Amino acid sequence: MYRYDDLDQQLLNERVSQYRDQMARHLAGELSADDLRPLRLQNGLYIQRHGPMLRIAIPYGMLSAAQLRKLAEISRRYDRSVGHFTTRQNMQLNWPKFEETPEILSELATVEMHAIQTSGNCIRNITTDHFAGVAPDELSDPRPYCEVLRQWSTFHPEFAFLPRKFKIAVNAAAQDRAVIRAHDIGLEVVNNEAGEQGIKVFVGGGLGRTPILGKVVREFLPRKHMLSYLDAILRVYNRYGRRDNAYKARVKILVQALGIEEFSRQVEAEWAYLKDGPTTLTDTEFDRIAQHFPAPAYEKLPAENAGYSAQLAEDKAFANWAARSVHGHKVPGYAAITLSLKKTGVAPGDISEVQMIAVADLADRFSFGELRISHEQNVVLSDVKKGDLYEIWKIGRSNGLATPNIGLLTDMICCPGGDLCSLANARSIPIAEAVQNKFDDLDYLHDIGEIAINISGCMNSCGHHHVAAIGILGVDKGGEEWYQITLGGQQGNSTSIGKVIGPSFYAVEVPDVIEALINVYLEQRTPQERFIDTVQRIGAEPFKTRAYAGRDKRKAAANNEERKVANV
Amino acid sequence: MSEIIKNGGIVSDDWQVLKLAEGESVESVVLPGTATLLPLAVWLARKPEIIASGQKTGVWLESSEDPAAIAADVAHFTVIGIDFPKFTDGRGYSSARLLRERYGYCGEIRAIGDVLLDQLFYMKRCGIDAFALRADQNPEKALASLATFSESYQAAVDQPQPLFRRRAA
Repeated sequence: MYRYDDLDQQLLNERVSQYRDQMARHLAGELSADDLRPLRLQNGLYIQRHGPMLRIAIPYGMLSAAQLRKLAEISRRYDRSVGHFTTRQNMQLNWPKFEETPEILSELATVEMHAIQTSGNCIRNITTDHFAGVAPDELSDPRPYCEVLRQWSTFHPEFAFLPRKFKIAVNAAAQDRAVIRAHDIGLEVVNNEAGEQGIKVFVGGGLGRTPILGKVVREFLPRKHMLSYLDAILRVYNRYGRRDNAYKARVKILVQALGIEEFSRQVEAEWAYLKDGPTTLTDTEFDRIAQHFPAPAYEKLPAENAGYSAQLAEDKAFANWAARSVHGHKVPGYAAITLSLKKTGVAPGDISEVQMIAVADLADRFSFGELRISHEQNVVLSDVKKGDLYEIWKIGRSNGLATPNIGLLTDMICCPGGDLCSLANARSIPIAEAVQNKFDDLDYLHDIGEIAINISGCMNSCGHHHVAAIGILGVDKGGEEWYQITLGGQQGNSTSIGKVIGPSFYAVEVPDVIEALINVYLEQRTPQERFIDTVQRIGAEPFKTRAYAGRDKRKAAANNEERKVANV
Repeated sequence: MSEIIKNGGIVSDDWQVLKLAEGESVESVVLPGTATLLPLAVWLARKPEIIASGQKTGVWLESSEDPAAIAADVAHFTVIGIDFPKFTDGRGYSSARLLRERYGYCGEIRAIGDVLLDQLFYMKRCGIDAFALRADQNPEKALASLATFSESYQAAVDQPQPLFRRRAA
């Protein structure tokens, strides 16, 4: 992975000093809370429902074991020994002390980490495929692109006060695992007919209140022009994006207002001045960065491992886990695996200090000391030998990291919601837990098969509910928590936005509604169909009908439930 | 006279910023004479008269105003002001770069309005070289903030070569 040179480290140290000074001036009354706000946000510090929250950057989801150990130590010394992985592959600490945040950033800097631009109206952490560099369907490793973008976006002097936040994702594989069309800019690494590598540029995607998929602004952009072209897009956005209404300030609204043709024309006109200037990316620089992502020292192994095959045959629990958690790898005899952070009863994406250390140890022992965070809020070990899988599974299981549910119903993406977030209209975590409890039978879960159920506690859509087969969105109605259900969303190459099925539900109704939707699928599916396929084949109507059938009964039950709670 | 940050120091300065008061129009407003930053609309409407006066001339841009409007005029100005109505309004950073990098303006670019010391480093990088700080800001600390970072990744006005071109050398 990318290692800092002296200049990178010096810049980071200077950032820590700058932040320390800003906080000191604030505490001395020289810098007001309002003036501090954008400064602390660009260092990841939010003020949430119960106090501060610090969002630590994990650039494109890559971590070394040493960095994860540092996160574990920080979580113990400065928080409650828990961290939370987000859909931008970052880590949030939910209970840091406001005054201690400069110390935390200083600690992070010792392992080349920071919280730079993890919030604020600036270019945010770049995200990518969590199987980058090992995926069999990859055209090219996206990480050098991401690191080039990280350096370009870090402290970009012109774009630190944009109309709104700005998110960029990169995909370089046949199958998009980075939801690039749900980003302000999505970059897809492609080759043209001449075999030259470049990028296809999508712009104006985003979830939130107005979910829109990104549109192609350029079919093929030679790699060397990537930064100048992004400068042009950002400049058009910085100058003409709306600043009068935060809900209409994302670039997607500008693209929508101008139309993609006119937006594209403006970008091209701007780019004409920037093209071939000093920002043109040199091959020397790209290669310098690419050298930071060498293939690890793989052993020459046969594609299949007899021991692993035997273990699969003998141990059903292991086979269940492997079926969900072991992924293809471009090197024979190796696999990538996902360690699940979606155990029922634990907030999705949460990882304890003990688990962090266990994962770091696993990475050191079995996966060349590196790991990744997926935007689905799980941990990936990308380079493990098939012959080691059984041992990894046993260690993972004893650390609560081997729930065999990756890609299944209980592997929900879930934002922190109303329990922690001050933006939320409703809680997310208890809803996720209630749904997980409803579907806790493993055979049932595996029979239902692949399905994405995502939960967001408000319209900001951090839980990516729009791109889930079943999306759950918390809404506030007169001070009560209600949940709107969307159906038919997808990520990947056929990314699509789910549609609302009808009036929202009480919190206690949600698990039954999910079950009703699942039942329609189980009755109607053909042998090969996943949930989303059945929805697409038969349409939303049968699902809607079932979701609202017997609603009066459920409501009555819900009321009883509430009375019971009230009587306790 | 007030103090501003300029040329790496704290200096006294007598430039005034003209803002149209209620009831004043572009055509009728009395021009105060030398060392005044005029609203863009006044400059555009009364260019011949202002040039004929032979006095030191400046103009200031609102954050929404396009510097292209003065692209052909920049040689007339001693100072161009860029207004930051709120420090979180980042349009002025682009305006400054356009004036320097596209329209070839070499005179002073002065940040006016909600100018806070924590924004000075990025402003400097975008070609702003004078800063009329908000009244509550500490000028010494503001001056020091211009040296917050010793390096920068991107190409900008103060360093036209991105770090990667200099790193490789």
